[in-house]
Amino acid sequence: MINPNSTPILTVRGLRASINGTEILKGIDLTVKSGEIHAIMGLNGSGKSTFAKVLAGHSAYEVTGGSIQFEDKDLLELPPEERARAGLFLAFQYPIEIPGVANTQFLRLAYNTVQAQRGKEELDPLEFDDFVREKMKLLEMKPDFLDRSVNEGFSGGEKKRNEILQMALLEPKLSILDETDSGLDIDALKIVAQGVNQITNKDNATILVTHYQRLLDYIVPDYVHVMQAGRIVITGGKELALELETRGYDWINENNSSIAGVLA
Amino acid sequence: MTESPHADYLAGLLRSWSEKPTRPLSWLNELRAEAIDRVSKQAFPTKRDEEWRFTDISTLTHLPYLPSRPETSLQLQDIDHLFLPEAKNRLVFVDGHFHQQLSSLKNPDELIIGNLPDFSASHSSILESHLGQHAAFDHNIFTALNTAFLRDSALLIIPKNTTVADPVHLLFIAIQPEVTSYPRCLLIGEMGSSVTLVEEYATLAQSAYITNSVTEIALAANAHANHVRIQRESKQAFHLANCSVALDHASRYQSTSLSLGSQISRYNLDIRLAEEAAECSVDGLTLISNRQLADTHTCIDHVKPNGTSHQQHKCIVDGAAHAVFNGKIIVRPHAQRTNSSQSSRNLLLSKTAQIDTKPQLEIFADDVKCAHGATVGQLDPEEIFYLKSRGLSEVAARNLLTYAFGAEIISRISIPSLKQQLEQIVLNQTQSN
Repeated sequence: MINPNSTPILTVRGLRASINGTEILKGIDLTVKSGEIHAIMGLNGSGKSTFAKVLAGHSAYEVTGGSIQFEDKDLLELPPEERARAGLFLAFQYPIEIPGVANTQFLRLAYNTVQAQRGKEELDPLEFDDFVREKMKLLEMKPDFLDRSVNEGFSGGEKKRNEILQMALLEPKLSILDETDSGLDIDALKIVAQGVNQITNKDNATILVTHYQRLLDYIVPDYVHVMQAGRIVITGGKELALELETRGYDWINENNSSIAGVLA
Repeated sequence: MTESPHADYLAGLLRSWSEKPTRPLSWLNELRAEAIDRVSKQAFPTKRDEEWRFTDISTLTHLPYLPSRPETSLQLQDIDHLFLPEAKNRLVFVDGHFHQQLSSLKNPDELIIGNLPDFSASHSSILESHLGQHAAFDHNIFTALNTAFLRDSALLIIPKNTTVADPVHLLFIAIQPEVTSYPRCLLIGEMGSSVTLVEEYATLAQSAYITNSVTEIALAANAHANHVRIQRESKQAFHLANCSVALDHASRYQSTSLSLGSQISRYNLDIRLAEEAAECSVDGLTLISNRQLADTHTCIDHVKPNGTSHQQHKCIVDGAAHAVFNGKIIVRPHAQRTNSSQSSRNLLLSKTAQIDTKPQLEIFADDVKCAHGATVGQLDPEEIFYLKSRGLSEVAARNLLTYAFGAEIISRISIPSLKQQLEQIVLNQTQSN
């Protein structure tokens, strides 16, 4: 929700980034305040997933300009693990599989690492088991989820639910959901959205990166940004997503300047 | 094979054999005499032999290690840390010699689990048709030597339609330095039987010695064997092992083998899917460091139609160690509708570590499904990034992924205490600070 008194969590100014010498992000400006949900939409190749990865600190991308302020920290100074500990979370489009490691071991390791860094108490396996089972209820996950190897043999929906479970456990200040809706059927999408909605509150913020409007029926954004060729070209409210759904992305190209004028 | 540069060693070995135990059975005497004859006609392989091009055993052939003598001083408390609580039947061999007091046999009468000489008279005919019949020694000097010295042997005969509920633990312990031991196993699974066998090579002393072992497994129609093999010999030891498996109609063989110890080790696993619809799954993990060399050669031979084989072999190599994997899959002309897959995945943890991997497919049938792949490399940066994005440090992320790489194979083992022990070993050997 938009609250005029809330404080900025993320402030991105003139962000430029490239991979293997090719510039992908060409100057992004974005401010996300606590309590807000932002959607970043765009066609494949518009740079939206790159933006998500750069925020999380992926080393394949070189930041060539601009700044990212995360609460009181200069995010670009921090390696990925410190960004995570500071409260930034990226739900992956393609979560990795780790055969040989039980999901519960992995979840507890991640949870305790972040807890320890925040000066909070770590949980032993039994305590953690109770804790994680509560969170799993949010996402209607079966208990055997814990004993299976991390993401191995998980369906697309199960992998995405496992991402949101991690989000629930790590209690981030800012969550970035990269194409979380891709590959989900409508039931799985509803469960994932419901989980996200229960985690969001007035003190945290969420960025949804998505190609389609569908997810936004269930997680209602306060702002919708459209990316094109490495820039945010339009910002609007949730009705912008509907407009895109009916008119397609070409509509922006044709009417870029006039729409921007309307929405400004 | 070339003229042996090690003829003196072989001659010495055979001379030491003058105190050979006398056997009442003529067929067994003949088998051994034949093996001796084959030993004298073969030379030790060198790197010039294709099958040995990565593994130089010349140091080993210069060692004057005589066959071990029975050692009886060992007490239960010396080795009970190696026991598996799940295994009610345990056969202990010390330097290749059966040790009755350290063994524990709780099997009902119809099940044969014990030492070969105790059954060689009563079960002569079934033994004659299997012993030395699967592990050919015509072109394998190590199998020939083992057969020449054949005396004690772990023996399992699982009767028709019998399922052995608890795993059987064969524990081969090395304690004497500078000797050669000749462990031997024979498993005969009769029709419709099922058993889990743990074949383990361990040591109480970090000394140099040679183990030359031979295992034969014969599964009749619809029989099933789950074979877990653990080689954790001394880091100074030489381990040379041959395992031959013969699969009858619709029988199933599952193998999980781990190579952890030895200065130089070589494991040959030959599986023959001799009749229709036989199945095997073959998983292996090599985990070595320092200057160890571990060589695994497998051959899965599809002879008849509708067979299935799935193989996954992994190596984690640190220090200046060297791992070798050669995975041959033969699909013979009649073996139509064979379904076979092989994956060789290898992880190098240091710049001086070395891996040679060679999938070798020989397919002579046309209606087959054969998938294979080999990878050699470091950890995947995307996987490391994923874990770091969850708060794990670079080191913690690498440690977890390296552990997981090995633990995937361990997770196939169904015996909880063994699985836990091995997970701990993998953990200890994959974690850096």
